[in-house]
Amino acid sequence: MSAAVRTPAARQPVLEMRHISKTFGAIRALQDVSLSVHAGELHALMGENGAGKSTLMKVLSGAYRPDPGGEILIDGAPAATGDPIKARAAGIAVIYQELSLAPNLTVAQNIFLGNEPRRFGVVDRDQCNRRAAEIVGRLGVSFSARALVSSLSLGERQLVEIARALSTNARIIVMDEPTTSLTSRETDRLFEVIATLKAQGIAIIYISHRMEEVYQLADRVSVLRDSGYVGTLDRADLNASRLVSMMVGRDLSAFYKKDHRPPDEKRAVALSVRGMSDGRLLKNCSFDLHHGEVLALAGLVGSGRTELARLIFGADKRSAGTMQLDGKPVTVGSPREALDAGIAYLTEDRKELGLFLDMSISDNISMGVLAGDARAGGFRDFTAADRRAAKAIADLSIRTGSAQANAGSLSGGNQQKVLLARLLETEPKVVILDEPTRGVDVGAKSEIYRLIDNLANKGIAILMISSELPEVIGVADRVLVMRDGAIAGEVTASEGEPLRQEAIMELATGASQR
Amino acid sequence: MTDRTTGTKSVDQVAVRSRRLRTALAALGMLPVLVLLAAGFQFINPRFLTGTNLLIVTQQSSINIVLAAGMTFVILTGGIDLSVGSILAASAMVAVLVSLVPDWGLLGVPAAILVGLGFGLINGLLVAYIRLPPFIVTLGSLTAVRGVARLLGQDTTVFNSDLPFDFIGNGSVLGIPWLVIIALSVVVLSWLVLKRTVLGTWIYAVGGNAEAARLTGIKVPLVLLFVYGVSGLLAGLGGAMSAARLYAANGLQLGQSYELDAIAAVILGGTSFVGGVGSIWGTLIGGLIIAVLSNGLILAGVSDIWQYIIKGLVIIVAVALDRYRLQAGART
Repeated sequence: MSAAVRTPAARQPVLEMRHISKTFGAIRALQDVSLSVHAGELHALMGENGAGKSTLMKVLSGAYRPDPGGEILIDGAPAATGDPIKARAAGIAVIYQELSLAPNLTVAQNIFLGNEPRRFGVVDRDQCNRRAAEIVGRLGVSFSARALVSSLSLGERQLVEIARALSTNARIIVMDEPTTSLTSRETDRLFEVIATLKAQGIAIIYISHRMEEVYQLADRVSVLRDSGYVGTLDRADLNASRLVSMMVGRDLSAFYKKDHRPPDEKRAVALSVRGMSDGRLLKNCSFDLHHGEVLALAGLVGSGRTELARLIFGADKRSAGTMQLDGKPVTVGSPREALDAGIAYLTEDRKELGLFLDMSISDNISMGVLAGDARAGGFRDFTAADRRAAKAIADLSIRTGSAQANAGSLSGGNQQKVLLARLLETEPKVVILDEPTRGVDVGAKSEIYRLIDNLANKGIAILMISSELPEVIGVADRVLVMRDGAIAGEVTASEGEPLRQEAIMELATGASQR
Repeated sequence: MTDRTTGTKSVDQVAVRSRRLRTALAALGMLPVLVLLAAGFQFINPRFLTGTNLLIVTQQSSINIVLAAGMTFVILTGGIDLSVGSILAASAMVAVLVSLVPDWGLLGVPAAILVGLGFGLINGLLVAYIRLPPFIVTLGSLTAVRGVARLLGQDTTVFNSDLPFDFIGNGSVLGIPWLVIIALSVVVLSWLVLKRTVLGTWIYAVGGNAEAARLTGIKVPLVLLFVYGVSGLLAGLGGAMSAARLYAANGLQLGQSYELDAIAAVILGGTSFVGGVGSIWGTLIGGLIIAVLSNGLILAGVSDIWQYIIKGLVIIVAVALDRYRLQAGART
């Protein structure tokens, strides 16, 4: 553990976690992890899903009590463990991935929720608004403390969470994947706020899967793997391949995989979309998707990519537009009709729109083809489901003890593989993948890329929505860029010249037109 | 969700084992409460655990268990059916009225079931295709169908002392009352549908995540139509059972607040109110707990007023204990 404690003699860490272990029954979720953070430092915490990052942060926030022997020091003094209220009083605030705001209350009300300034026993609304305005001002943001949270964008809501943390005089703020659902402009905004917080001496523990962010922000990076501590790198020593190999414990030389041949002119059009509109955001979207091709749909969050995908899949009503599948006109009025036609869709929101968390992995995988499992009297053929599940678990290396385990017990990457397995069972001709690697760890990512590559090799047409440009460049043969509900343009790789990130960003932001 | 460690095999095996234990505990559910209650009442009044009394308890619980079985289907999809008491009354009226037709009296039973199915399907159509909230739809039919039940007999009690299907209510086979046989058959059939058929899996899926179910290609409206149809059909069967037991039916009084006992049985059985989690065996135990409570309190000489108070508190405490137990289980 010595690598973690590289404290300059002059500065005492504001937070030290020493020898933290945590066991649930016989499961070791954390094993002797130590971490120290200085005031004004941004300390990135990296590791695959299931490596123990969230557990460590739950120990810090008091949600879990560490096993005996572990201790938490704040300003060098031992702090209480296993008590969320005391942890908050000691200046620890955690901003979770799933935001916990009440949308129908104002920013000020949310900031002081459960901690309202009172006068004569009633909430002092003036003071509430005044103090909230002060804190919001400290972040240098544009919205008012009296605005309703429901009127704010996701990025702004995150800033409200940070303001709430500041209202309790937090000195250590934990941010868990804060940029997952932010647009790039909102991300920049957040980074400015982070810089302000650091200048005010606040220590930030920053959990992220995104390498670029960590490069941009981190003063130090600590890596966890398989519940244990691997090491800490100073900013000067940061280096992508070293970080990745620390995280996965193996070399990822072929991270992105693109072995399938880019489609030549002779390759047949699989899906041809003409004039798709939804009467709200989408305007006259047309494109062709070929067999054996990976076509990326890039664009900023809110540009209409998911909306277009849902329209093609029949999940929403279209106001205009036609489609041809293998040259024949198809009408898709519902997801059932899309699946019957051979179009499958992987949702971007696997917990809300994809998985049945309380049902078994086996049921989740077979759910789309269950009608075919019915025997006389509608009774299910359970052996067929079990066979399917066993095959998927082996083929996609889903890490689970049993096919009968609940889908909710899996890590993010494995949940995604379950959804992919369900999608493949429908034997689609056209596959739409919406952010297929969102919230997925590095190991699972590369496995998903390999799977996409295999599908394209088999001649399946793939439309992939992705917000991560390196992923778009690494996986796709061709890129469509959306802006404001319309297809803004296409980026193709030409002879000897690969896809360019800059070209995509210009189209996505409209920079090329100015 | 906890950040679970994966990777080593032993860890996974332990996880599987502890999960199995938890599943077993969850399946056991309220059985310990039922056993404790029975033991307690036996202590207070030794007449409780006699064969005759137990037959009375199961007989009294049978109609509620049939209603609760239908309610289990509905609640598993995240819905609710408040109209079962009224549907039972209307069906019972139809059963008695048809039984009065010379030579065709036996048709009272299928007629009652069909009437129940019809009302259930109307509920289902409104929930599934007009997309009205189940609470509101069935609150409306609770009132409207009650009116229909009164209308059927011109707001009087209808009798048939020579009921052709009275064996259902008062007969028995090898000492087991027909009411009990019917209730158990309904439970077993429900179990087969819920756990062994494709449709059953769809019901759990719709309750667990309706939008995911739609995106997976499941025809969610058909599933909803089915569960409200089943609930109505079983309420119709309950009406026939009730008429057979009483040789009479009254549109105003019969089945009043039966829906609440049925819901209580489902909830006591551990079925999640938001849908997707639960079992028919739990409902059976929940229904028996309610019947044991009523019967035991009478034998213990507790006044009618206090019976209400105690029953209500037991429901709340039992469910609270259940929550506590499941949470503690989730932690290990």
